[in-house]
Amino acid sequence: MFRLFTTRAEAVGTEVHRVGTRAEALDLLTDRLKQEGVADGPGTWAVWAGCPFLDGLDRQELSARVPGLRFDVSRESAAGALVGISQLDWGIAETGSIAQDATSVDARLVSTLPTTHIALLPSDRLVPDLRAFLAVQGPSDANYLSVITGPSRTADIERVLTIGVHGPERLVVIVVDELGEAQ
Amino acid sequence: MSGKAFNASVLEALANPNISKALGSFSEAYPVSRAKAYEGVDFEALRRTIAERKGYAAAHFEELVAEFTRNAQARGTTVFRANTPEQVRDYVLRLCRTHGVQRLVKSKSMATEEIHLNAFLEQQGIVCSETDLGEWIVQLLGQRPSHMVMPAIHLTKEEVADVFSKQVDERLTSDIPRLVKVARRELRERFLQAELGITGANVAVAETGTIGIITNEGNARLVTTLPKVHVAIVGLEKLVATVDDMVPIITALPRSATGQLLTSYFSMISGPVPNTDGSAKEFHVVLMDNHRSEMAADPVFKQALQCIRCASCLNVCPVYRLVGGHVFGDVYTGGIGTILTAWFDELKKSEDIQGLCIQCQKCNEVCPGNIDIAGLILELRRRLVADEGLPVVQKAIFSVVNNRRLFHRMLRTAYLGQTPFARDGYIRHLPMFLSKLTRDRSLFTIAPEPFRDLVRDLPQPKGTEKASLFVGCLMDFGYPEMAASVVRVLNKAGIEVVFTDGQTCCGAPARISGALDVAANNAIDNIKALSDPEVRYIISACPTCTVALTKDWIEVLECQGRTEWVEAARTLAAKVVDFSTLVKQLVDAGRLTVTSGKDLGRVTYHDSCHYKRTLHAERAPRALLQGSGYELAEMKESDVCCGMGGSYFAKHPELSGPILRRKLDNIRRTGAGTVVTDCPGCVMQIRGGFDKAGDAVDVRHTVEMIEQALE
Repeated sequence: MFRLFTTRAEAVGTEVHRVGTRAEALDLLTDRLKQEGVADGPGTWAVWAGCPFLDGLDRQELSARVPGLRFDVSRESAAGALVGISQLDWGIAETGSIAQDATSVDARLVSTLPTTHIALLPSDRLVPDLRAFLAVQGPSDANYLSVITGPSRTADIERVLTIGVHGPERLVVIVVDELGEAQ
Repeated sequence: MSGKAFNASVLEALANPNISKALGSFSEAYPVSRAKAYEGVDFEALRRTIAERKGYAAAHFEELVAEFTRNAQARGTTVFRANTPEQVRDYVLRLCRTHGVQRLVKSKSMATEEIHLNAFLEQQGIVCSETDLGEWIVQLLGQRPSHMVMPAIHLTKEEVADVFSKQVDERLTSDIPRLVKVARRELRERFLQAELGITGANVAVAETGTIGIITNEGNARLVTTLPKVHVAIVGLEKLVATVDDMVPIITALPRSATGQLLTSYFSMISGPVPNTDGSAKEFHVVLMDNHRSEMAADPVFKQALQCIRCASCLNVCPVYRLVGGHVFGDVYTGGIGTILTAWFDELKKSEDIQGLCIQCQKCNEVCPGNIDIAGLILELRRRLVADEGLPVVQKAIFSVVNNRRLFHRMLRTAYLGQTPFARDGYIRHLPMFLSKLTRDRSLFTIAPEPFRDLVRDLPQPKGTEKASLFVGCLMDFGYPEMAASVVRVLNKAGIEVVFTDGQTCCGAPARISGALDVAANNAIDNIKALSDPEVRYIISACPTCTVALTKDWIEVLECQGRTEWVEAARTLAAKVVDFSTLVKQLVDAGRLTVTSGKDLGRVTYHDSCHYKRTLHAERAPRALLQGSGYELAEMKESDVCCGMGGSYFAKHPELSGPILRRKLDNIRRTGAGTVVTDCPGCVMQIRGGFDKAGDAVDVRHTVEMIEQALE
């Protein structure tokens, strides 16, 4: 299922990584933030929405490690961010999608306004298809469900595929084994 | 639009090189990407499910509205059911006034286009910004979307660069990624400033009070996240009963619309969510009727509510790809758009646009809602004729067709009348207003001796088995040699062919023009002539006639209340078989050998619309041709219409011409010296096209090829 998820996600332009531990995920993430050019200042910072992955981490220490990394999500901070980071709840193999209960406005802001969205995903949260996703997370107990399949795209001008219209230009998914409930 | 203005708009669209270029290349790319997206999916099963779920919803609108309202309200959503466009517009305006809204942002919504919401709100001083890139471009130009999924497909990047340049007051080049960046920057400001967001919905779920929205650009996510108030304008036909009902729709919609497995964003909103300032968003759903429940109560048209607005009927339409969407004169375009315009606006408004349909049924083949789009357009035609009568010329023609003796006498007279224009079997030029008929094709000529005379002198062995030949007008008076071929081939299998003089036109021309009373009379005359218990088969070598005999007569007689003839029509229909299918059966049964053992050269095969999409018989002639020793080289788009369409070529020669030219090109590219088809109408069109173009390609009915192989 992970292989199908990766194939389908990459086919729509999503970058997929898989790591074992949370520490590895964090290293990959911080490297990636530097690589993206995250720095302190409007237009170049990164905003990280609260999520289980962040619980227990020292946010001040992280901000010191990556200058420009912030945890105060607002429309201003997200609109001025180069990178948004959040944890997604589910991966859908058939379409290479990631999905979440996005009722929290922070979850939507960091995955919508920045140029790059980095999504953390527990590896044991893969489901085969949309029907399976709706069975584990139906709309009956979430006012806003989001299914995201690749970066923002358009073909509205002469049918030429162009990546990055209103949403992120890049979507990076880091699948983390240690984030799973079994761990 | 008056008929004249409409014809002018069609000519203008045909002359627009952007339309033919953009839509031409799209219509070639689309079937490929669609097929790829549906790999591993049982499309027939999927569309049956969609039709069933949406059909159920349409039959239970009132219950579902009540259930949706109850469940949505329980979660804090405000639901308003609006019957008319005015009610929707007033509701939105009131909301804007309550919240002091000066600027709003919209994600793509056909429902708001349908009620011209932007124009209304702008008049009230509210700035409405479309945020879907294509919609925004079209809005800046003051135009209407020309396609339901790709609103700006009729525009070039240069035109977009021009309009954006004016917008940002900076000279922009036609670099597409750069233009998209400009749109991102400009619209980002508007998202952040807007006090209210308007969306449509792709689906609305009654059991949870949920609306589902899919987009690729991410604009709907911003429209539903940044402004403090969200209003969704939802047509009643978007309602489904359960969460599970969303699955087939969301499975089909991106695949059919854009060849994607899923769009970039699929959002399901079921209630108010927090705003960025911590307040709860005001979430309104307007359920819009605007004639949808009347449509649901119509026994014929209710199936149009199974539409999921994927626009695949536009993408495969041989006419749409020539003229684009603007000639449709309203917000909904193409095949389904013609039907929706007739209902959401008025029947009269579909008068001109329904005539664009060539009845090739290509749309029916791909419709994920399993809608008989071509059939519904024909029904519009019938109702228009019932309301307003036939145009004078058609009325005169059908009064003749209604009387077999008069009709056949006139065809014989026509042979004499054509002599000044005819030469070796073709009419290549006609004078004055008729000249456009011969611009792209030479016309066939009426044969000196019709089949009904010629058949009396055909020597036939007495067979133990009898088949009755329904010859059809075109073979009878235009191509009697083909009908004679049918007789000789069947004789070889020991079948005696009988011909009854009382048979007349199959009624298809009258039916396709909406004159069902004439079609019913034709059916009855034919039933009288053909009902003979001695006969085992009734053979036709014309797919249009075959469909009339097997299907249309029964429907027409039922529809016209001539029920006393229905039983006889059914008995007769059970004996009907088309030429190639019967010959294939005879070959398989060992009663006829077509194998020549020789290499008979390369041919290509053209699928006639009725033969493939109604009779589904396209495999038989191919097997016969290959079995006979012909090398079959398939052409591109073998099953796309040749532009004949019964009398379409005469009504719309300006559209029939380019469709034909494309077909000729596809045939030429195979390098085959002969193109074969099972329809004498297609033979007439394609043969006339090659004659006019001066090509040496031979155009033959399958029967002629089989007879050659037998010799």
